[in-house]
Amino acid sequence: MQYFVQQLINGLTLGSIYGLIAIGYTMVYGIIGMINFAHGDIFMVGAFTALIVFLILGAMFYSVPVVVALLVMMIVAMLLTSLYNWTIEKVAYRPLRGSFRLAPLITAIGMSIALSNFVQVTQGPRNKPIPPMVSQVYNINGISVSLKQIIIVVVTALLLALFWYLVNKTSLGRAQRACEQDRKMAALLGIDVDRTISITFIMGAALAAVAGTLFLMYYGVIAFSDGFVPGVKAFTAAVLGGIGSLPGAVLGGLMIGFIESMWSAYFSIDYKDVAAFSILAIVLIFLPSGILGRPEVEKV
Amino acid sequence: MAVTVSPERDVVATPVQRAIREAFYAGAIALGLFVLFIGLKTGQNISNELVLTTRWGLLATVVIATAVGRFLYVAYGQPFLANQKIADVATGLLPDSVATRFFRLPYFIAAIVIAALLLVLASSLDGLLGPGLAGYARFVRALAIIYALASVLFYFRAFIHAHFSALGVAALALYPIIVVLSLALYGGSMAAGFQGSLKWVDNFGIQILIYVMLAWGLNIVVGLAGLLDLGYVAFYAVGAYAYALLGTQYGLSFWILLPAAGAMAAFWGVLLGFPVLRLRGDYLAIVTLAFGEIIRLVLINWREVTNGSAGISGIPKVTFFGLMTFNVSDPNYIAKVLNIATSSAYYKIFLYYLILGLCLLTAFVTIRLRRMPVGRAWEALREDEIACRSLGINTTTTKLTAFATGAMFGGFAGSFFAARQGFVSPESFIFLESAIILAIVVLGGMGSLVGIAVAAMVMIGGTEVLRELDFLKQVFGPDFTPELYRMLLFGMAMVIVMLWKPRGFVGSREPTAFLKERRAVSSSFTKEGHG
Repeated sequence: MQYFVQQLINGLTLGSIYGLIAIGYTMVYGIIGMINFAHGDIFMVGAFTALIVFLILGAMFYSVPVVVALLVMMIVAMLLTSLYNWTIEKVAYRPLRGSFRLAPLITAIGMSIALSNFVQVTQGPRNKPIPPMVSQVYNINGISVSLKQIIIVVVTALLLALFWYLVNKTSLGRAQRACEQDRKMAALLGIDVDRTISITFIMGAALAAVAGTLFLMYYGVIAFSDGFVPGVKAFTAAVLGGIGSLPGAVLGGLMIGFIESMWSAYFSIDYKDVAAFSILAIVLIFLPSGILGRPEVEKV
Repeated sequence: MAVTVSPERDVVATPVQRAIREAFYAGAIALGLFVLFIGLKTGQNISNELVLTTRWGLLATVVIATAVGRFLYVAYGQPFLANQKIADVATGLLPDSVATRFFRLPYFIAAIVIAALLLVLASSLDGLLGPGLAGYARFVRALAIIYALASVLFYFRAFIHAHFSALGVAALALYPIIVVLSLALYGGSMAAGFQGSLKWVDNFGIQILIYVMLAWGLNIVVGLAGLLDLGYVAFYAVGAYAYALLGTQYGLSFWILLPAAGAMAAFWGVLLGFPVLRLRGDYLAIVTLAFGEIIRLVLINWREVTNGSAGISGIPKVTFFGLMTFNVSDPNYIAKVLNIATSSAYYKIFLYYLILGLCLLTAFVTIRLRRMPVGRAWEALREDEIACRSLGINTTTTKLTAFATGAMFGGFAGSFFAARQGFVSPESFIFLESAIILAIVVLGGMGSLVGIAVAAMVMIGGTEVLRELDFLKQVFGPDFTPELYRMLLFGMAMVIVMLWKPRGFVGSREPTAFLKERRAVSSSFTKEGHG
């Protein structure tokens, strides 16, 4: 039982990170109907930004409180990563809006390749390890919970609450939901569609940057190629939960996190990704539009 | 009623003013994007801790270059292009306007003269100019030769356009012979010709043709049947491992295993097809992606069979239909049988013709299938699945045959790849490969075999050319390695080509079924990749 709860906690931590990335996928998909393949690399850029900020802080000040350091890392990563995603949307996706469906997908894949290789060229191909930032571990009834995990879950929960408020209670969120339902009608009613889409990309990138910072803090290492696997898993999570649905993205992220940690704990660590992908395939056979997704009604 | 409309700023501002503003924004954005990534570099010190080094000079260069580039584009580039467009409409030059301005007789003569001069001086270039300038001179020579060849092609464009397929096949068939002969002339002996041809036949010829074949195979799934497949590399892997395992374990010949690998890949195609039959669009994309990853992860982790990440080496070479081999130690080694000098180039040239044959087979099958009921069913399925169903087309078998046929060609290409490399490992079958193949299909113009072949040549050939640009070392210093920028440029090229030609290089296609008169259909009228 203790072992199970332990794995549950590990899964929750992992799932929180996937959930944060998955929201970026699902929001962009919801609003312009494209798979933003570069999102995984945006996450990587976020983590790298956090790494560089961490090193700057270390070089400039003798010692910084961990909370301040984390906060600064997160904020700078959010700002710069948003700038990346905003630029990418403007340069690579906006001119192709209204073009055929595969065109933005291809530019997104191109951007993903370009981003990861840009980081490789400028920062070098090696793994970048940092010293552990927080190392406290609490022991409750034989279950060990590290402070890192608590930070991840708390930050994710806070951000999700904020995000929920933004999407459901503000005029910005209303504009987003309107664009999602019918872009042309929203434009006719005076919503600046371009701006709303830009903001969607910025929000997705900001969440991915937070996920990147937390990822860096949790694992203590990042490399230029680290965007792909979390990116694909987050995308899997978004699809599993029903792409376009925000609660679905979080639910899917948690599910992927649980599947991974349970599978590595009880079966084999080698095949944890195989398990996650297989469960995706199985779920989609029975629920072709994901768990919380609205079924697509096709009109003739 | 007088309504005063305050004029937009953009209307009042002259292009130069607007350009300065835009340049400022571009510079500011570039500064924001690059300040941490170019301005600082993370490196390890002796005790393996990360330390930062600064590169403010490089950052300043990049930011200023961005701003200046934006300024020039907005101030001069945009008005120039707009004026050209108006001028071209007036003179009726539109379709070839840029090209006719680019390819002119005086330029052509100048290029020929430069190329000839530099070719005559070839051996004494280093002495005359020093190694640094000689590198530039060689680059200029290569550009002049390419320009002259392109001019000739442009001059005969009507003829080429009319006989494109025949000319293309002939050029590909003659390619190794031309390479060997011209290098033999240059080097002074046949042996030098064969030795020098290795790079051109292998790195350029075979490499590009493998991608042409893969892209043509994927074209059946994505371009014809409209099923978006992001895991095509899985079938490539199945084919490669089928040959690698059966060839090394049981010593079976390539000629038996080639069809076997194709059949096995087709079987996997059907296996993948079953669960995704009900899925549409992006759900299909993610499941195929997941499938590709599953295959790769199994190859990595099933160590007893696949030897994990270390891969399988010592894969037997292809034989010349069992009559001759390409192993020097064998009694029936090709050079011994034919009584000619030993060279490793024979095998590469043979492989070149083998993959060319496989490519042509793919093209032939695709062209024939498009005229058969199943091919028409694929295209109908791509356009409208509901209409297909109501017309009594069995969408299940239609989708499954598309997956199986596409996968089969992937399997063929995979077993060829294993034979060519002599070594396979899961590294070769990452998602990036699927993405590259899909990009080639889309950039070429989906459904168009010629466009896809051109796209493969441009994208794969272009990145291979980067390996050859040694003269850049003289510009950026000896540490500069152009290969490092290969994938960065590849990704950017994907974006730029897509923005420039969203419908691909060949944006129109011949209809398979037509009434009385054959008319090309603009691909803007067709739907693709809806799954």
